[in-house]
Amino acid sequence: MTIRVTMTVNGEPLTADDVWEGESLLHVLRERLGLPGSKNACEQGECGSCTVLLGGEVVCACLVGAGQAEGADIVTVEGLGDGEQLATIQQTFVAAGAVQCGFCTPGLLITAFDLLNRDPDPSDATIREALAGNLCRCTGYEKILDAVRLAAERAR
Amino acid sequence: MTQTDVRAVGSGLGRIEGPAKVTGQAKYATEQDDVQDVAYVWPVPATIAKGTIRRIDDAPIRAMAQVLAVLTPDNAPHLQPAEDGELAVLQSRTVSYRGQFVAAVVAQTLEIAREAAERLQVEYDVEPHDVELTQDHPTLYKPDQVNPSFPTDTEQGDVDEALGAAANLVDHTYTTPALHNNPMEPHATLASWDGDELTLYDSNQGAYSAQQTLAKLFGLDPAVVHVVSQHVGGGFGSKGTPRANAVLAVMAARMVRRPVKLALHRHHMFAVVGYRTPTIQRIRLGADAEGRLSAISHDVVEQTSTVMEFAEQTALATRIMYAAPHRRTTHRLARLDIPTPRWMRAPGECPGMYALESAMDELAIECGLDPIELRIRNEPERDPESGKPWSSRSLVECLREGAQLFGWGDRDPRPGTRSDGDWLVGTGVAASTYPAYASPSTATARAAADGRFVVRIAAADIGTGARTALTQIAADALRVSTDFVRVEIGDSAFGQASLAGGSMGTASWGWAVTKACTELREKVERNGEVPVDGIEVQAETSAEIEARSGYKYQGFGAQFAEARVNIDTGEVRVPRLLGMFGVGRIINPRTARSQFIGGMTMGLSMALHEEGVLDLAFGDYVNHDLAEYHIAACADVTDIEAHWLDEHDERVNPMGSKGIGEIGIVGTAAAVANAVHHATAVRIRDLPIRLDKLLGRLPG
Repeated sequence: MTIRVTMTVNGEPLTADDVWEGESLLHVLRERLGLPGSKNACEQGECGSCTVLLGGEVVCACLVGAGQAEGADIVTVEGLGDGEQLATIQQTFVAAGAVQCGFCTPGLLITAFDLLNRDPDPSDATIREALAGNLCRCTGYEKILDAVRLAAERAR
Repeated sequence: MTQTDVRAVGSGLGRIEGPAKVTGQAKYATEQDDVQDVAYVWPVPATIAKGTIRRIDDAPIRAMAQVLAVLTPDNAPHLQPAEDGELAVLQSRTVSYRGQFVAAVVAQTLEIAREAAERLQVEYDVEPHDVELTQDHPTLYKPDQVNPSFPTDTEQGDVDEALGAAANLVDHTYTTPALHNNPMEPHATLASWDGDELTLYDSNQGAYSAQQTLAKLFGLDPAVVHVVSQHVGGGFGSKGTPRANAVLAVMAARMVRRPVKLALHRHHMFAVVGYRTPTIQRIRLGADAEGRLSAISHDVVEQTSTVMEFAEQTALATRIMYAAPHRRTTHRLARLDIPTPRWMRAPGECPGMYALESAMDELAIECGLDPIELRIRNEPERDPESGKPWSSRSLVECLREGAQLFGWGDRDPRPGTRSDGDWLVGTGVAASTYPAYASPSTATARAAADGRFVVRIAAADIGTGARTALTQIAADALRVSTDFVRVEIGDSAFGQASLAGGSMGTASWGWAVTKACTELREKVERNGEVPVDGIEVQAETSAEIEARSGYKYQGFGAQFAEARVNIDTGEVRVPRLLGMFGVGRIINPRTARSQFIGGMTMGLSMALHEEGVLDLAFGDYVNHDLAEYHIAACADVTDIEAHWLDEHDERVNPMGSKGIGEIGIVGTAAAVANAVHHATAVRIRDLPIRLDKLLGRLPG
């Protein structure tokens, strides 16, 4: 059996047809909707590379069934900026040198974006706790912390 | 030309592809939206560790809707023999390790392919397996050489006699577990045939060598095989050469006459992409009353598979670190029914220096010496084995300057005597080292009439910052601003080039880029102007690299750690790590700092978390995901700093730079283990340092 899934992704209404009912939101985004920014690195919710906002909540898109996203508002890394201008957190990731291979980056950006929306002036402990579900194998995390601190500073 | 005197090398130019990566626009291997009508491949791993496939019942699977093909040893294309036995995918019915691919399903959708692969019934004739490495394993043998081409054993003087006569003696065995590279991007390939021409979008550390290897394997002219690797989500050695995913993808695309995607699942990776061998290392050090080494002996036992020989060069660093008249290193391999170990960040140096630098800490205590002073007393003037002079060696400066920044000076050497609330506190030091290799490469530089330049080289940027560093190197050789230079990489069509491996990428590619851009600049200057159709120069560096000899080229460093161990739970925290490196000229401080800190963090992860746990009954690594194979997370790292000396080395290469991708992971685990000993008086000689190894042994 297949289903049709309609959702708003980065402000744009999108529909995927012939979706197998067990398919993940991540798979639909990457393979059906042409949005491969969210990455598949563990497929069981451990690494955070697929993190998106679903109805304003941070989720691992690999753990969300496509059907659960029916009618929902999704924000992926492709939707953080406004097309022309990078979002502050994207700018500071580049400026701080928080990006290396880039595979964890989309998930970290969404998590950090969400953190700063909820807490514009987070302590280091809060940042570390918030980002603890996003694994990175390249950077050693220090520059990612710098990027989040810098984004908080720029927003003040 | 718009000439500039401002040097780009040494500046912190931002990562060129940074904006593409933060917007999700950077396209990784399977994300090519211009390749249409793609099918999906899902591999079938063996469920036994040793035996033979008796029967594969693929008829019910072929009958499933949307299944396009089932690849098995019965119908897979015949491949040419390869040195790398792991590339002989589906070429026989023999199963050599659990997790080895025995079949694959191609289907219209990923989910169907996966479902079909899981349903495929494979019957085996099972044989008893042997997967456990032991110090006296009956199959232990001496390989002809260790990787890539070093002598297996070395010996000078009379080690046993010197050890027998030594005033101070250390004789201990250190063990490290299997470690898994786990780059964030699983290995992935998109294969597309157009008539007889093959294009592979592949996640690898060298598009040119992938092209050569796969062309040979499939009996194709390399000219019809095109490998593209624009963005690679990490590799750490595991993408150095093609893996089974690339082979299966090419086979599947040929069979279904459509492009196919094959992205490995994290679970597959623990068997088929390689890992660092576990090691059992006996170190013996003999020193006089003043701590001067008379003898160094390092005997390594490690594993290889029955598929092919892989002989990690674990004792290599011991051959060059310290002066001693009597010295010996040996390597022995057990051939087991396990996946083939392969390269992982600083193969050889990383596990070897954990053992050597732990033993040096133990010797310092034996001698009643500060561990930094012990190392300084044993500093060799030349490479102890070859007698070659160093092109540069800054270990002593790294130790001294690092100690100053870390605040080592007033350290109380007594172990297990400092606490802060419930936490025992200690500090440790260890040395780091990594060779400064270079390998011939080809670069093409082109000047356009509008004053812009394009440089092409089959380099790979696996997160290192290669694209950015090469842009800086090119700009300086052209004497223009980086704004006028575009460097294109990750394409086999750009010609022969070094891998992103052995920490030699920037040295090798940078050398070729420097040569091509210098020749281009001179040509443009002679010409006076750039004609409408541009000027192009190609350069190749075999002769220059062959002429490089007479010196030992090697980077050094020192790492300092603070460890805190909870007196009740045995939990280990490392609030502070500091590295000081002497690695020639730093091309880009911003990307370099990330490389050092990233390496040190992986070393911290090795010290405290990482361990591939072998299931002896089933013969596989049972903790084969990121839930159970722990890697350092954000909350594990607190205050971590990387610094470097202003080291000038005009001999190493035209940039004066040594590789920095691997040295950061070398020595970290020893620095942490030494700090844990200083905190607790408990010496852990078996990584990782987990609380169960400390509990019941803590003071108080």
